[in-house]
Amino acid sequence: MALVSAENRGLRLAARYATLTLVALVFMFPLVFMVVSSFKPDQQLLSDTSSLRAFLPVGDISLDNYYAAFRRAPIGLFMLNSVFVTVTTVLLSILLCSLAAFSFVFLEWTGRNVLLTIILATLIIPFETIAVPLLLFVSKLPWLGMEGIAWGWLNTYRVQIIPWIVDALTVFLFVQFFKDLPRELIEAARVEGASWFMIYRKIVMPLSGPVLATAAILKSLKMYNEQYLWPLIVVQDEAHRPVMVGLGYFFQLQIAWGEVMAYLTLISVPVIGFYLLMQRAFISSIASTGVKG
Amino acid sequence: MAGKLTRSNRAGWLFALPGFSLLFLFIIIPFFFAFWLSLTNQRLVSPNPTEFVGLKNYSELLRLSVLTLEPERDDAGQIVRDANGEIRYPRVRTITRSGDFPEYRGMREWFRWQSGENAKVVVASNVVFMKALTNTLTFALFIVPLQGGGALLLALLINQKLRGINAFRTIYFMPVVISIVVISLLWRFIYDGEDGLLNNILAWLTFGFFEPVDWLGKSDTALGSIIAMSAWQAVGFHMVIWLAGLQTISPTLYEAAAIEGASKWQTFRYVTWPGLRNTAILVLIVITMQAFAIFAQIDVMTNGGPLDSTQTLVFQAVERGYGRQDISGGSTISVILFVMVLMISAVQGILTRERT
Repeated sequence: MALVSAENRGLRLAARYATLTLVALVFMFPLVFMVVSSFKPDQQLLSDTSSLRAFLPVGDISLDNYYAAFRRAPIGLFMLNSVFVTVTTVLLSILLCSLAAFSFVFLEWTGRNVLLTIILATLIIPFETIAVPLLLFVSKLPWLGMEGIAWGWLNTYRVQIIPWIVDALTVFLFVQFFKDLPRELIEAARVEGASWFMIYRKIVMPLSGPVLATAAILKSLKMYNEQYLWPLIVVQDEAHRPVMVGLGYFFQLQIAWGEVMAYLTLISVPVIGFYLLMQRAFISSIASTGVKG
Repeated sequence: MAGKLTRSNRAGWLFALPGFSLLFLFIIIPFFFAFWLSLTNQRLVSPNPTEFVGLKNYSELLRLSVLTLEPERDDAGQIVRDANGEIRYPRVRTITRSGDFPEYRGMREWFRWQSGENAKVVVASNVVFMKALTNTLTFALFIVPLQGGGALLLALLINQKLRGINAFRTIYFMPVVISIVVISLLWRFIYDGEDGLLNNILAWLTFGFFEPVDWLGKSDTALGSIIAMSAWQAVGFHMVIWLAGLQTISPTLYEAAAIEGASKWQTFRYVTWPGLRNTAILVLIVITMQAFAIFAQIDVMTNGGPLDSTQTLVFQAVERGYGRQDISGGSTISVILFVMVLMISAVQGILTRERT
């Protein structure tokens, strides 16, 4: 009797792992195909799709697609643009959103609740519904530069950065986190005569590691991965183009799939690398938008 | 309650103002600007001054009518039929272009159905917009259960204590950290009609009986293909949200259910699902809002085609606002889109509230 049930348990366990593995294959096969194909010449890439060879690095393996992709498009420039826009936006976002949240949670001032309510209400405005009016708006905005006032923000870094710095979700995440910090700590520092900025910098920020990681991860993914529609309509020149829009270079009449796969691999692997290194932080940052939202 | 220690108008405003100003400038102003622009004939660049045109932009998008066509008859009063025995009707053009019916001027056929010997024809002032509207609604209608339900199944699958379970979680979540633009281009190849991986896999699974399909090239499979791919990409995101919800359910409830001898289904129905109510509302609203915003997949994979079968509202708004530099037309579509999102979120909020 005991033997049978042990066997049963073994079978059940095997069935569970089989299910898990099958599902894993569904999520992995396109990605494995992408990376493997990036090393194959076009002709082999196409003929391999009819067998399991599509997922194996076999046959004529080389870096030729990568060289060709770099020759076709200024990939280094696109990467630099994306990284610059992402890093700048993330840093400014963390600074301004946490300052605002600090003020909403720890300070008492007239208009505080109204302002916070307005910010949270913007959560229901999808960016896609303001893209067109925002396009007209930024095309008329002034900018004070080295050569005096310039009109219009199109084809710049600032048009990709400034509108994206503050968003309701980031403010909300900081507000939720600050609410759980011990208020006595702040009041004690206040009694000792610390300025608000000192409290923000020396007490609150050092305690905010988890929410900083969450805010930085969510914003980075948004800026590096999901910026497509906006740069597509406000950046026409190559000099400021980010990686996702740079894909356009590879949509020629005859698509060179090997080069496409090389480019896709190049722009995705850094993010996958970060994810694998810090997957706990990635997953808990997504989870925190849910539990508290 | 707040003592003198925390009362500080100057510092409060000083800290909150930089962030609030940016949000005001780049979200709130354009939001209200959209309503105003939709009542004008504003273009991105134009030598002429902008004029107020009232609701003209809306009527150019939303006007709908039903025409009844009577069969053509010969001199003897007999219904004329073509070679296939189908009844012949006068062309819709003869009505929408004639001076006798100015109310139908400029409208075109959207679809028709048979009613007795007559044909009913729905004409619209902007057929492409109507298709974009119905496609967006279809997309939302199918992706919500597919993505939300799929994510819940994954979460239940991954929420067991097994060695190595974290590795599986890592894999299921991986498509989430890859750009939808990359995913879309990759799946364009997978869905290819000739060398596509999907056709080859299906042929292999059915021992060669499966006939290859040009998934994105046919109007009856294109939208479905994009729905499936979009669900595949984001399902890991909502799996993590469901998992977070599952972990808030107290283990003592499960112990109680086990003592009562509840079956697996009963445990899910009476312990797990009620405990996930808030998570379910969140998942529902987030997926719906994302569904209404669909753009990148369309732009990369189909450009709205074939035969407008994958046109969506955002794609139309961008094509007009940016492509044709018709800011007022694009803004009008944006406003309609926003009103729909608001209404659906409100309805979902009310429906899910009443169920308790």
